[in-house]
Amino acid sequence: MQDEAAVLRRRDLLSLIGAMAGSAAMYHAMTSLGFASESRYRGPIRLEGNPKGASVLVLGAGLAGMTAALELRNAGYQVQVLEFNGRTGGRNWTLRGGDSFTELGGATQTCEFEPGLYINPGPWRIPYHHRALLDYCRRLNVALEPFIQLNHNAYLHASRAFGGAPQRIRAVKADFQGQVSELLAKATRQGKLDEAVTREDQEILLQALRSWGALDRNYNYNASLFSAAYRGYASAPGGGLSAAPVPSEPVALSDILKSQLWRYLQNFANYNFQTTMFQPIGGMDMIGRAFAKELGDVIRTNAKVTKIQQNDRCVTVTFVDARKPAIVQTATADWCVCTIPLTILSQLPLDVSPATKAAIDAVPYAGAVKIGLQFRRRFWEEDDAIYGGISYTDLPIRQIAYPNTGFNRSGRGVLLGAYLFDGANAYEFSAMPPDERVARAVEFGSELHPQYKSEFENGVAVAWHRVPFTLGCSGDWSDDARKDHYADLCQIDGRIVLAGEHASELPAWQEGAILSSLDAITRLHERVVKT
Amino acid sequence: MMLRFTLGLTASLALAASAAPAQEGQRTFSSGYRFVEMSGEELYNNVCRACHMMDARGAAGAGTYPSLAANPNLEAAGYPLTMVIHGRRAMPPFGDMMNDAQIAAVVNYLRTHFGNNYTDMVTAQDVSEARH
Repeated sequence: MQDEAAVLRRRDLLSLIGAMAGSAAMYHAMTSLGFASESRYRGPIRLEGNPKGASVLVLGAGLAGMTAALELRNAGYQVQVLEFNGRTGGRNWTLRGGDSFTELGGATQTCEFEPGLYINPGPWRIPYHHRALLDYCRRLNVALEPFIQLNHNAYLHASRAFGGAPQRIRAVKADFQGQVSELLAKATRQGKLDEAVTREDQEILLQALRSWGALDRNYNYNASLFSAAYRGYASAPGGGLSAAPVPSEPVALSDILKSQLWRYLQNFANYNFQTTMFQPIGGMDMIGRAFAKELGDVIRTNAKVTKIQQNDRCVTVTFVDARKPAIVQTATADWCVCTIPLTILSQLPLDVSPATKAAIDAVPYAGAVKIGLQFRRRFWEEDDAIYGGISYTDLPIRQIAYPNTGFNRSGRGVLLGAYLFDGANAYEFSAMPPDERVARAVEFGSELHPQYKSEFENGVAVAWHRVPFTLGCSGDWSDDARKDHYADLCQIDGRIVLAGEHASELPAWQEGAILSSLDAITRLHERVVKT
Repeated sequence: MMLRFTLGLTASLALAASAAPAQEGQRTFSSGYRFVEMSGEELYNNVCRACHMMDARGAAGAGTYPSLAANPNLEAAGYPLTMVIHGRRAMPPFGDMMNDAQIAAVVNYLRTHFGNNYTDMVTAQDVSEARH
């Protein structure tokens, strides 16, 4: 027999709570029932109960590892972190002038950017709903500024449409909206929607289409000062004599459709890319640095893990100094939080169950390439009035992203000259020597910005399959692999628990690394205080 | 629609970017998710080389990309075929990014270069069967 409370509809329950306890209680109830929820983050973690001196070895000093180390240390654990790199942060990484980086295969690049200029080869933007990461930024005093995902004045570019000329995002967006609105208004007025939309709603729909699509009184989308206020002017309004604005000519629906430029509009609609987005002032690694400063000498760098063993009493990790591999050392602890990327972990001798091992082996890592280019001047601002944001192109560089900081300054600037994620081009650029990646990015990019050729100074190119500490960008789960293995990957296996973006439903996002880590240490702590 | 980009570097540009190697003058780029390169050599150079390197000797960091040079694992053609189609651990699957002929071409290239001399050729039909 069903319990009566269980058949209460959620909405009824909410109005009951609202009536009896007021809005704060109702908000709390809504959140815990899954409404009004934009994040799984529930505020700073509370690890209550005494760990009684238990020790934890954390493998990896990226955001997942450092989150675990920070919170477990604060909860009373003895914590030690082993990190492969000579620096902390992992993929939370910024390249500045003077930084040197050796990729797999041995090619070394030294970044020659002017002081103050940088690129983030890994993560570079933070959605507003990544509340865990934002909370850590606030608690660790990492200052943020806006990351501009949608700049209406940046470009959409199809190499075989409009004579290869890049189009302003503003115009493509306005014309696509306007032309679709005109079409829908026509269908509505011809009675073709009578079965789907009531007469009353049709009137409102027509008003909405005029407003949304900038249609004229006859529901046509054409050159007018109204449509120009959306798509831009042939001659913008000025002052004094000859100040009158002149409307610009919209692009026909067929031309927009055939150009394929509409493909890029999803980059501005997707939940992950909606405004407001953020970036740390000064570079993404400000976050990793802030974590590392809190942790101090808990982190041991240049420690390359070679073996992970466990029994019913402890975990023993064998490691070597990454610079002097002849000296073998071990570290022992009661528990282990392992954030080593699966590409690497899958190759290590590791005492875990067959199910955990199968999960570790089931996830390949996506390819990704980012190329930073320094130019003599910020011509994208000076000449093209593009202040931050991203241009999208069907050329193999795929994106050009303009700096979201230092606006309107004279002097040098660095932009992201290519961002390839997954797909064929990521491999093709990874397979090139670094200097060729940079040269190709300049060559392709000059099709959007001819100024490239005269203003380019130097560049740096990171291909994630060649990055020694990850062998790839991020966990590239297939739906089948996730169904078969994800739960096994996240389970505590004896005394070892895995964490990282690969153990999250937010792959490749820093938020996924942190939420995974918080979930793992919550479960680990429950087990520790119970025993 | 498949689009093929072939691009040579101009001399001035190559100079500005401290020069791309001379043998890299021409390179094919794909337009979508799938590769457009067709020959085994071009597929190796534009795809496999990203991890296994120019000489196919692989590389080592925190983990390792195995050497494919003089590699006895390539003797049984089914092994590299399965690896390329389905991937394993750090090796990504390419079954959705290459067609049967492309996979056969790159496996045949690997098995007859870099100190490997296995002359029994893999066919597109073999690839098709190995997909399942």
